[in-house]
Amino acid sequence: MKKILIAITLGLLSSNICFAQTAEEKGLAIAVEADKRDTGWQNSSTEMFMTLRNAQGQESKRQMRTKTLEVSGDGDKSLTIFVQPRDVKGTAFLSFTHSKQPDDQWLYLPALKRVKRISSANKSGPFMGSEFAYEDISSQEVDKYTYKYLRDEKIDGKDCFVMERKPTYEHSGYTRLMTWMDKEMYQARKIEFYDRKDTLLKTLNISGHKQYLGKFWRAHKMEMTNHQTKKSTILEWKDYQFKTGLNSRDFDKNALKRLR
Amino acid sequence: MKIYLLCLAMIIPAQPVWAELSGSVSYEYRHFPNQARYSGQHEDNSSIALQPEIHYQWDNGRQLFSFVPYIREDEHDDARSQTDIRELSWLKASEIWELRVGIRKVFWGVTESQHLVDIINQSDLAANTDGEDKLGQPMINFALIGGYGTLDLFVLPYFRERTFPGEKGRFHGPVYVDTEQDAIYQSEDKEKHIDYAARWAKSIDVWDIGLSQFYGTSRAPRFTIGLNAKGQAVLIPNYDLIHQTGLDMQATIESWLLKLEYIHRSSDLESYAAATAGLEYTFYGIFASTTDLGLVLEYLYDDRDQAASTPFENDILLGLRFAFNDEQSTDALFGVIKDAEKGTTIYSIEASRRIGNAWKLSLEARYYEEVDTKDQTLYSIRDDDYIQMELSYYF
Repeated sequence: MKKILIAITLGLLSSNICFAQTAEEKGLAIAVEADKRDTGWQNSSTEMFMTLRNAQGQESKRQMRTKTLEVSGDGDKSLTIFVQPRDVKGTAFLSFTHSKQPDDQWLYLPALKRVKRISSANKSGPFMGSEFAYEDISSQEVDKYTYKYLRDEKIDGKDCFVMERKPTYEHSGYTRLMTWMDKEMYQARKIEFYDRKDTLLKTLNISGHKQYLGKFWRAHKMEMTNHQTKKSTILEWKDYQFKTGLNSRDFDKNALKRLR
Repeated sequence: MKIYLLCLAMIIPAQPVWAELSGSVSYEYRHFPNQARYSGQHEDNSSIALQPEIHYQWDNGRQLFSFVPYIREDEHDDARSQTDIRELSWLKASEIWELRVGIRKVFWGVTESQHLVDIINQSDLAANTDGEDKLGQPMINFALIGGYGTLDLFVLPYFRERTFPGEKGRFHGPVYVDTEQDAIYQSEDKEKHIDYAARWAKSIDVWDIGLSQFYGTSRAPRFTIGLNAKGQAVLIPNYDLIHQTGLDMQATIESWLLKLEYIHRSSDLESYAAATAGLEYTFYGIFASTTDLGLVLEYLYDDRDQAASTPFENDILLGLRFAFNDEQSTDALFGVIKDAEKGTTIYSIEASRRIGNAWKLSLEARYYEEVDTKDQTLYSIRDDDYIQMELSYYF
């Protein structure tokens, strides 16, 4: 009886906490839940296709192969091998993301067979001349932002949480990111990026979500529009594979030189 | 060689999981504003190079076969017209080791102005005097990989002679280096002397450290005067046996890269130390643009002073690296290497830009000023300032 009472009291207490939850706490809770739901996929590999479009509508293409390793207790490791354009074919980029410390990054230049450790301070710079910045495509760790839940809103008829995120890491090009997070999938459907002067810089529309291993959602199309330059970039993914036996040995400097 | 190819044929599965043919073909044009000093040299030169690449990858990326031949045809310089195998190798990776067998290219080091520690491959100075082009090196390379880092062990069973611009090429003094006749070796085994090398490398926090040891035929020759077939005086390369200990390290802290390369090299004739130390700082997105500007500052030292075989015994490099981060990946590097005591100064520009999806245009220029007679290797080419344009097609 005593136990039940305690349980009820505890239950009431915790529900009280729920009601008293601030917008910041609710935002963080959403991010933690999203992170939790995307835990356990171990490793993945995929093909990435990028279409860059300038204000005049001229297009250029990029193609990459990406391998990612889930690291528990720290940021993910990823290896990106360039396929197109052909002059950078074989160039590879290795990144160890960390939630608190700066990321570790290495670049492999196949013509010189040279591995260069590069600075990861370049968060806001364009990735391969696209409208995606390095910080947009790097692994999203909970600790990298502060959160604030704002409201509920529908996007394409789907219920979403709307929340504001502010980067906690240095050198970000953004003051804040407005994120529309799907309530069912706990995956972003839209993100608005505000620059250092707090004006709207870019909008990212995310679509084509597919579920893998009956659990993990992955978007297959992202369209980033830069409102200031009128340029846009479409990122598409094909052939996602999970749990293919990759381990940390496929994400070291030796692998960087080896993988094509 | 036949046995070796047969071995490769046995290793490669009949149905590779993943294969590709790629490569590049380039047309290069060089203009020398100064009139040629020696007969047979020209003020303008064209050259074509072809480098196809075949890669087979299987076993989830744990095995790789590579074949990269290289063919260059030069308008004037026979020594520059050459065929080489840059790569013909098989690689297998396990959890704790990697075995890499065949003709390969290996790079060690961190600095930009010169590559002291880098010793496995021979420089192809005929292709470019900057020493960045390398000849393929036959090797057995076994790497042990673990929490201690990577320990690379090399057996190098065959030596490649350095290439030099020939009689009709620019970049030589009154006597050119004759590579047509046999070089002089300290070892009785000549080019068949087996060289050994080892390197330990590890990334610790912000540090990337490499420690290396080499024993074998020096990649950099001394020269003695000889005669060519026509009875003219020429330089004959002399290759000594050397021991080299090398250290390379880089600290990557925020937008700073701090770099050091140090070598100690000894032969029966000399023993010396040389070092390059420097830093690189990058300003990202200058003037609210997407352009990055990197500042490179390096100090080049050789304790042989004026007796050094390179002109970089007490010199400073200042470089400006622009990366425009545009769709065409436009970049430009401006560099000045100035002797700290003498007047010798080298100016250089390297820039490139992609055109469409498959073409690339590169520009390179070098200008020598007040070259001191004591900087012998540079003094002999002081009139060989040049501007070079290269158009490459990638397939």
